[in-house]
Amino acid sequence: MIAAVGKVYEWELAKLLAQKRTYLGLISAILVPIVFVVVLVLQTGGPNDVPLGRYIRDTGLAAPFVVLFFMSIWGLPLITALVAGDIVAAESHNDTLKTILTRSRDRGQVFAGKVLAVLTYTFVAVFAMGLVGLLAGTIAWGFHPLTSLSGTKVSGGHGFGLLVASLAVYFLPLAGIAAFGLLLSTVTRNSAASVVGSLMFALLMQLLGVLPGTESIRPYLLGTQFEAWHGFLRTPADWVPVIRALWVCALYISIPVAAAYLVFLRRDVASQ
Amino acid sequence: MSHELPVSARGLVKVYGELVAVDHVDLTVEKGDVFGYLGPNGAGKTTSLRMLLGLIRPTEGSIELFGRDPHVAGAKALDGVAGFVEGPTFYPYLTARRNLRLLAAYDDGDSRSRIEELLELVELRDRGDDKVGGYSHGMRQRLGIAAALLREPKLLLLDEPTTGLDPAGMRDMRDLVRRLAGEGITVLLSSHLLTEVEELCNRVAIIRKGRIVYEGRLRDLLATAATGFRLRSPELERAKALLLAQPGIGEVTSVDGSLRFQADEEAVAALSIALGQARIGVTALVPETASLEELFLGMTEGERVEGEVAAKEEAVA
Repeated sequence: MIAAVGKVYEWELAKLLAQKRTYLGLISAILVPIVFVVVLVLQTGGPNDVPLGRYIRDTGLAAPFVVLFFMSIWGLPLITALVAGDIVAAESHNDTLKTILTRSRDRGQVFAGKVLAVLTYTFVAVFAMGLVGLLAGTIAWGFHPLTSLSGTKVSGGHGFGLLVASLAVYFLPLAGIAAFGLLLSTVTRNSAASVVGSLMFALLMQLLGVLPGTESIRPYLLGTQFEAWHGFLRTPADWVPVIRALWVCALYISIPVAAAYLVFLRRDVASQ
Repeated sequence: MSHELPVSARGLVKVYGELVAVDHVDLTVEKGDVFGYLGPNGAGKTTSLRMLLGLIRPTEGSIELFGRDPHVAGAKALDGVAGFVEGPTFYPYLTARRNLRLLAAYDDGDSRSRIEELLELVELRDRGDDKVGGYSHGMRQRLGIAAALLREPKLLLLDEPTTGLDPAGMRDMRDLVRRLAGEGITVLLSSHLLTEVEELCNRVAIIRKGRIVYEGRLRDLLATAATGFRLRSPELERAKALLLAQPGIGEVTSVDGSLRFQADEEAVAALSIALGQARIGVTALVPETASLEELFLGMTEGERVEGEVAAKEEAVA
């Protein structure tokens, strides 16, 4: 079973690597922090009202955190949706589901391979963005200790560890968006509709979070989980938002994935 | 017994809302058959084939491929089964070789030498590194055959394999199907090209508006349509008079300068002797058989057909 899913996963990755949209997403994830740093180098102002924004020129370590903040609104959701919304719909568009579902792999194995491939792409996009942001920031402002959100100084090495942990937690809500995109992709069989729908879902989650009267549900909105990494940057670390992001995102991931799985398992593969 | 049958479908029904696309279809393909599945566009051929391959869930009925139901056993039921419906499809952004490697991986194999061998067989070896998106229809059809053979099938389901091919391509495809059948592969061939079916198939099923109107041996079907004999003679009036006087001869009609009549072979043999004795010259005395095309059109067009089909089925039985 694991080997069978592994083969599908391997070829799903190969398919992603052969498609322009994958590169469009990954290159965007890499370009955004570079452009962000270049713009800040060329001007004097800074994003002082965002977490770590006022320290951005103190150390390159602050750059990826600030980019994370800005990219959570629609940048990374769009990059994620670009592939998640397409991964099943493209099979319908190319009419290739019938080709792979008449081989020796069960539908569940094919679906699992696709889920893993989408999550891998999302993970790579987040880490590529974070690490390129760190590199660009370090080139511009050097690799110095980071001032945490509590105002304490954190060494460069520790700061790097916090960045990796933050990227990992930041990946969770994005995986929720990926799961929703996968569901739309499976149900609508339409790539464009799924990409746009996933982005709308992400924006709606952000919007709900800023509307008055939503305070009671705010901690459980997907958009809020994009801020869970702030917990790592406090002294001592605040695990509450991190733990909540883990289980809230697990729900946002598992429910759409389970629904998409059931649809994929039972759907008729007829011509479009 | 049924577990040995390559295909055994019983009471297959597929309903889409108000539309009954497939209506209680029974299909039996025996080992070694080259089975033709005929029907006009929209008759339910492709829906039936998709159900056989587990792509569409039947509303009612059961399917067994070598004794296993693809809707119960999943991909395991397709062991030894390969083919395509509505034309083969591939990932357009991958090369032909990569597409075949992907499919081989989905089958737990990745024998590059086998892939090369099959690309050679379908004459695509030189184009194997081209992306399939740039392939012509005929090249995709050939690649579809290679993809199917990659599974080393015992049963090959081919939906309109020669559609869109030029005459040489059609000939090559038919030769290939004939060759594969000769190697012992059972073939279920859906086609609307009746000459192709007549040339390749030993058994056929004809579907009309979702229902099977004939299933059986092709030669039995053709035999039901042995409509009579045709006589040509320079002395047509004398010949007609003799025919009418001859025992066992019925329904003599003059058509296009010849006489058509109903008779059994014994009566025709006696007639030929009588014509000779009467010194009436004969330029042709031949049996007239309806072509598969005529039978097919008769079965699939118009309401009058229903009764005829029942009669033909009875005759075959």
